[in-house]
Amino acid sequence: MITFDNVSFAYHSLQGETRAVSRLCFRVEPKSFVSMVGPSGCGKSTILSLTAGVLSPQEGEIRYDSDKKPIIGYMLQKDHLFYWRTIWQNCLLGPELQKTLDDNTKTRLTELLKEYGLWEFKDKKPQELSGGMRQRAALIRTLIMNPELLLLDEPFSALDFQTRLRVSDEITHIIREQEKTAILITHDLQEAISLGDRVLVLSSRPAHLIRDVTVHLTKSGDDLLSARNAPEFNGYFNMLWEDLKEETDNEKNSQVAGQDV
Amino acid sequence: MKKIHKSRAKMSDQERYVLEHHKKHHQITALRLLILAAFLFLWEIAAKTGLIDSFFFSSPSIIAECFMELLENNTLGVHLAASIGEVLFSFALIIALSLAAAILLWWSDFLSRILEPFLVVLNSLPKSALAPLIIVWIGTGAKAIIAAGVSVALFGSIISLYSGFRETDEEKILLVRCLGGRKRDVLTKVVLPSGIPNIFSVMKVNIGLALVGVVIGEFFAGRVGLGYLIIYGTQVFQLDMVITSILLLCILAMLMYQILQWAEHRYYRKTGIENLK
Repeated sequence: MITFDNVSFAYHSLQGETRAVSRLCFRVEPKSFVSMVGPSGCGKSTILSLTAGVLSPQEGEIRYDSDKKPIIGYMLQKDHLFYWRTIWQNCLLGPELQKTLDDNTKTRLTELLKEYGLWEFKDKKPQELSGGMRQRAALIRTLIMNPELLLLDEPFSALDFQTRLRVSDEITHIIREQEKTAILITHDLQEAISLGDRVLVLSSRPAHLIRDVTVHLTKSGDDLLSARNAPEFNGYFNMLWEDLKEETDNEKNSQVAGQDV
Repeated sequence: MKKIHKSRAKMSDQERYVLEHHKKHHQITALRLLILAAFLFLWEIAAKTGLIDSFFFSSPSIIAECFMELLENNTLGVHLAASIGEVLFSFALIIALSLAAAILLWWSDFLSRILEPFLVVLNSLPKSALAPLIIVWIGTGAKAIIAAGVSVALFGSIISLYSGFRETDEEKILLVRCLGGRKRDVLTKVVLPSGIPNIFSVMKVNIGLALVGVVIGEFFAGRVGLGYLIIYGTQVFQLDMVITSILLLCILAMLMYQILQWAEHRYYRKTGIENLK
């Protein structure tokens, strides 16, 4: 779907240069679900912006499998549904902006809303819905655009723990059902392991890849906790935890060293 | 509303809460009216007993008399209509001009950075100082009065609207951008609709300022209007007329503010925005 080949990126301000990404290499296969974890402030969001083409790499190259850039959908931490629009109107924002709004789109939206339990709420304003329903509506707003690649930037982190388990499960289900490729950025290791086919671990800033692990879980069922209760789960968790701990320690040491100079 | 006759003991906590709430509300209204009545009463008494000189301070009964007199010879209608017309026209101009200017500033970051110090200076200038100049430039009459009304509020209004626009959620803008929206779409789909609460509060400030500006304008350049009536009344020592006009200005200001308040509430109810707060 997408390949990062030795990509580097730095931000510039009057205070100086901040290197956010350094010689980053990875590939995301079509229809796979990849989680990305890393110490906070490591440049994860920069990677998403690079993937989306909002930013361009200063060194290296980003290649897409198809000739032109795929249609990309986003989900962010906040749902950003507009309070002055109904759920129906919110979901049609994309087609409206692209001027592709026709009866086909409306039929598809009707199907999506019915399938994911929001049909009765289509004329409600977002503030009348629960956090989970709002995230589902935000996902439908993205899906209606027929995106080939979905970028998820900590979309569940604003929800409380119970809702979070349920909503992340729901959303991942929908994404797999619709056969979309997805990149999930999260700082929650459990979420990364239980939702992703693969987990990429990033270093502290400037971000580069320090581990790329494919997740195989023997799940006992299809419920929310089955992935987390899989016998392999703890092994993955400990491994990734060590990686991140090392990275955070390195960062601290380099800061201390920096103060001495 | 349905009236419930129940003894307090039989009420649920919720019913008791609602009852208490309404009771408090009525008490506040009653006390407000009482203060107003007491003030008018004491004023009347003080004037009648000669504690204050009713020639300078007038009294409620004299004001009522003066009001009826002005009403009967139809002077009041003419003056009131002139003032209201000028205020509404100034207000509409302020809103239209400042919206257009704020949109322009939002559109071009470069332009807004260039113009910012000028706007700040123009806004902090005491606008009443401009009134004599305005008369020299445009002459007397309604045009000059409206210009005075506009000048008082325009620059502050531009600054408030523009800073409101700039506070639009960046992520919402990014969302529209990512969904393929252009700058125009960002303006019409996000910045303006999410800025409506701010536009309402700017309007509520400006309706009062427009009135101030128009009265100042009428002082200098009017042959008609409540501001003119105040100046004329002072010059011929008819202070009843002055105080009546001032009271009418109070009522006018309150009415216009209430109308906007009502429109704002309606909007909030329609969008269900109350649940957000």
